[in-house]
Amino acid sequence: MQAYLTLTRRELGSLFLSLTGYVILAGALFLIGFSFVVLMVNLQQETTPMPLTELFYMTQLFWLILLLATPVITMRLFALEKFTGTFETLMTSPVTDFQVVLAKFTAGLVFYMVMWLPLAGCLWVVQHYTNDPTGFDAGTLASTFLGVFLLGGFFVSAGCCASALTRSQGVALMISLVFGISMYLLAVLANAHPPATTWQTKALACFDFFGQMRDFSRGVVDSRPVVFFVTLSLFFLFLTLRIVESRRWK
Amino acid sequence: MIEVANLTKRYAGHTAVANISFTVERGEIVGLLGPNGAGKSTTMRILSCFMPATAGTVRVAGLDVFEHSQEVRRRIGYMPENNPLHLDMRVREYLRFRGRLKGLGRKRLRQRMDMVMEQCGLTEVGRRIIGQLSKGFRQRVGLADALIHEPELLILDEPTIGLDPNQIRSVRLLIKSLAETHTVLMSTHILPEAEMTCHRVVIMYEGKVLAADTPENLEQLLSSNSRVIAEIAAPANALETCWSQMAEIDHYEMVASDGEYFRCSLTPRNGMDLRPLVFALARDRGWPLRELTRSRHSLEDIYVQVTRPEGEEES
Repeated sequence: MQAYLTLTRRELGSLFLSLTGYVILAGALFLIGFSFVVLMVNLQQETTPMPLTELFYMTQLFWLILLLATPVITMRLFALEKFTGTFETLMTSPVTDFQVVLAKFTAGLVFYMVMWLPLAGCLWVVQHYTNDPTGFDAGTLASTFLGVFLLGGFFVSAGCCASALTRSQGVALMISLVFGISMYLLAVLANAHPPATTWQTKALACFDFFGQMRDFSRGVVDSRPVVFFVTLSLFFLFLTLRIVESRRWK
Repeated sequence: MIEVANLTKRYAGHTAVANISFTVERGEIVGLLGPNGAGKSTTMRILSCFMPATAGTVRVAGLDVFEHSQEVRRRIGYMPENNPLHLDMRVREYLRFRGRLKGLGRKRLRQRMDMVMEQCGLTEVGRRIIGQLSKGFRQRVGLADALIHEPELLILDEPTIGLDPNQIRSVRLLIKSLAETHTVLMSTHILPEAEMTCHRVVIMYEGKVLAADTPENLEQLLSSNSRVIAEIAAPANALETCWSQMAEIDHYEMVASDGEYFRCSLTPRNGMDLRPLVFALARDRGWPLRELTRSRHSLEDIYVQVTRPEGEEES
């Protein structure tokens, strides 16, 4: 436990102390702010019964942030250590491979969640200045962040996996970026095809991230996507663990 | 402390370490010596539990490195080749991180940190960022990291590589001082280093152990037929008769040097030291003698002899 906490702290420290970390934070802040402006302009033109979080999600900038930020956060986790050689000192310390993988994943996910905090700030601003109590509804906000968290877990674990595969941060970045875009395109496909009776379309429907995330942003928590994302995250973490262990097979 | 038995490591396509065996006793400083690619780093990586062996057993303090990996890691302080460090951290911060990672409690960690920083001469740079330190200091940080959890065994992979002569000296002294309380296995391809610091040397070449003994014994092994060089001013034929009549001399070579001097290279028959005989001869005949040396085989000669690729002659 001590090793896990120490490692998580170290990883978080290196994310927060690096220029990359601040570039990601600044980029995310800019995009969240920008989508907030778009949302405000839209609100001035027409009224809507949708909660603010859903309106925010509808600007689609959500996906841009998710797809761009997660690869940049995760690319360094393993690749940098392998490149500088500190991976060797790490793996010869009395820590298990599992602790290392979990700590790096946790650090990536925590950083990712910190990156989303400005969203809560924006919503608070709306509520404060409009005196509209529905603007900052704790329930929808919590479910939105749950969706952000689950999707983030999935993309961060996939990014960990990509980073563990290579010594080069650039390669790790490309792999997870391509993976993210493929997932996005899969979601576009799933969204375009309403679930029918065949098993293929049913399977495809699971990847309808747009619909799932929209539900979360509305305050609807369905257990199916929760299980789906948790399972996928665990799968990629397991894969990462096997990749880290694979140095023993060579 | 270390028992390596029939250790083999094969990578896809080539064998890095081929069936080697050696032991290291508690309290020894043992040097792994060999050219690049001899399998030194691979052996050390296996010892430090970074990767497993293809075949053979390695025991550290009686524990198998593969089966009791975590236990073994707790007993080993390992400094890999090129001494990788987190360059963005401060010295104290890095040592604290490594100490916590190695399972030290807060109080114990504070004591150990002060102790190793004192020991490695890092007290003054404790607050500096590692990336801004000189190579010599970084090397000490690496050593301090290896020492922080008071390991019984230190494994140092080329600890003095890339340092200037003064830094090499200080790191070497540091390693020597550590030997009082630790067992040390270090690799190097710098011969004087092994000669000066190590109690015992294991010479590796192409994944095999070629020789393992104390530096002195290895020297003796080769110096038994070491030649004596004498520069004497005397008539050439008189000298030749003298040498050929001496029963102790196996064969000799003579080259004219400047003036009346001849440079004679004498090889003894049974490993004896010819110097007193040559001196007595020169004194009796009244020949001026201006040089008399016995070519002493240093570890370097042994190293070159045992590791020289076949077919390549000494220039």
